[in-house]
Amino acid sequence: MAKRPFDIQAQPGFGFMALLTFFALYLPIAALVTYSFNTADSLSRWDGVSLRWFISAWHNSAVQDASVRSLVLAVSAAALSTIAATMAALATTRTRPYPGLTFKYAFINQPLMVPEIVTGVALLIVFSRIKVWTGYSGLGYLIAAHTAFCIPFAYLPIRARLDSMDLTLERAAADLYATPWKAFRFVTLPLLRPAIIAGFMLAFVISLDDVVITEFVKSGGQDTLPTYMLGQLRRETSPEINAIATVFLALSVVLVTVFYFVNRRKP
Amino acid sequence: MASAEEVAKEAERRDIRDRWVLSAPALIIIFLAASGPLLIVVIYSFLTPGPYGGVVWKFSTDGWLSVLLQRDIFDDTLAFADAHLSIFWRSISLSFYTTVLTLFFGFPTAYFIATRPPKTREVWVFLVTIPFWTNLLIRTFAMQQVIRNEGLVNTALMALGIIKQPLQIMNTDAAILLGMIYVYLPLMVLPIYASMEKLDFRLVEAGYDLYAGRWQVLRRIVFPLIKPGVIAGSILVFIPSLGAYVIPRVLGGGKNMMLGNLIELQFGAGRNWPLGAAISITLMVLVMIALLFYVRNASRSEGAHG
Repeated sequence: MAKRPFDIQAQPGFGFMALLTFFALYLPIAALVTYSFNTADSLSRWDGVSLRWFISAWHNSAVQDASVRSLVLAVSAAALSTIAATMAALATTRTRPYPGLTFKYAFINQPLMVPEIVTGVALLIVFSRIKVWTGYSGLGYLIAAHTAFCIPFAYLPIRARLDSMDLTLERAAADLYATPWKAFRFVTLPLLRPAIIAGFMLAFVISLDDVVITEFVKSGGQDTLPTYMLGQLRRETSPEINAIATVFLALSVVLVTVFYFVNRRKP
Repeated sequence: MASAEEVAKEAERRDIRDRWVLSAPALIIIFLAASGPLLIVVIYSFLTPGPYGGVVWKFSTDGWLSVLLQRDIFDDTLAFADAHLSIFWRSISLSFYTTVLTLFFGFPTAYFIATRPPKTREVWVFLVTIPFWTNLLIRTFAMQQVIRNEGLVNTALMALGIIKQPLQIMNTDAAILLGMIYVYLPLMVLPIYASMEKLDFRLVEAGYDLYAGRWQVLRRIVFPLIKPGVIAGSILVFIPSLGAYVIPRVLGGGKNMMLGNLIELQFGAGRNWPLGAAISITLMVLVMIALLFYVRNASRSEGAHG
């Protein structure tokens, strides 16, 4: 048999380092999930496997409230930010540079460039004032804050799609006497749909995951699931928090998988 | 009758106006719930703290002075505020170590993924993407499960008889560092992989043909070509590390604060909003400096490769 050919791609030790990295990426997650099946009252003991803490979390009214609030918030923020981002993407693509175009790019991406903690305290200052002036302390503040920082994420895939789409089909529609609205409704929008779905899902995940800004903007009793968990972590934690985290984790994995397949389907 | 040129000009003007109308909702929301409030933070940093939090509308530069200095309560002299300096130092040094170590592990990982056959490559990328999209708080909490006193590492080491007492990793700087490396690692791997994917291995082969060793090929051929990915990854890791808040809060305990926690402290128990505002702006400036450094480097390497 011939000697194995010289592998130009091989680098000694790289495979080992990579596998070590993947192991390190999943070990903590595995530990978290394992402990969620712990029967014991506290995380410091291991008493065997059960669903005790999942059931306990399911019946915990604070967890129920926080979950519903998280979902309502994520759906509202994702919907609003996707609409705003789609409009903004239509206004900033497929055009010659015009005065203000660079400004728009920078402005739309601004939330990405400022540390969350800074946006958090900035909103705390402004919204606490507005809360006193108007007496309104509902979910509106959180929806506004989440919509703002979700816009750049929703904007990203939609803009990328518009950039790669050519104008021929829309021109053809216009030649056939379609009004601009009709051309948009029947030509552009269907072509844009996968990107809009991707943008919506990105925004949804980003909103669902947010801790810092929510922590500063929320009024009393307005915990979302992440801020509820952060509050619980301060105390002596029971495996219930692991059970919540495990369910949350499973939800994220499902969302990422769906997102991955939606995005991969080439048009 | 308007000339054709005027009609065209008018159409273009209308087009630009429509584009402003169309982008208005996004711009307005971001102004109201992100950019606008940042301007207020600048104003607040020059006011006087109120007795129960909030501010008194009286101009003062004390907020800015106390970012790095403190006034002696007896003789009014100024001295460096050691507590703040050590927090600045912890933030900057831990972010730096996080960047270096994520690069150390992220580079071979990205290289490994990029050299798999295309089919399995997707699976590896997917495996990096999942932690990336998992809630940051949950990943921080997952790290806590590994390093806490009754956690995975200590249980394993004690079972093996290597140590008698659990190692105190939680509530130390090392815990914060481990947490940040763990949480931000995908942000390093993904951009490096994106550059590596486009790497032309014929150049590597040419290097070997010219009697280069593995290390020389890596240093003289691979590394320069993927430098944009390395720079992007480093910035993507360094910036959120600098502004980290959740990780030091959960893993560092109350004492090992980073800038994010110091800011929160001033808006909470510290009741010194102007100081909190001044530190916020300082943090933002540090981030902007890192970004500018990135933009300068990115445009330079773009120019170098045409």
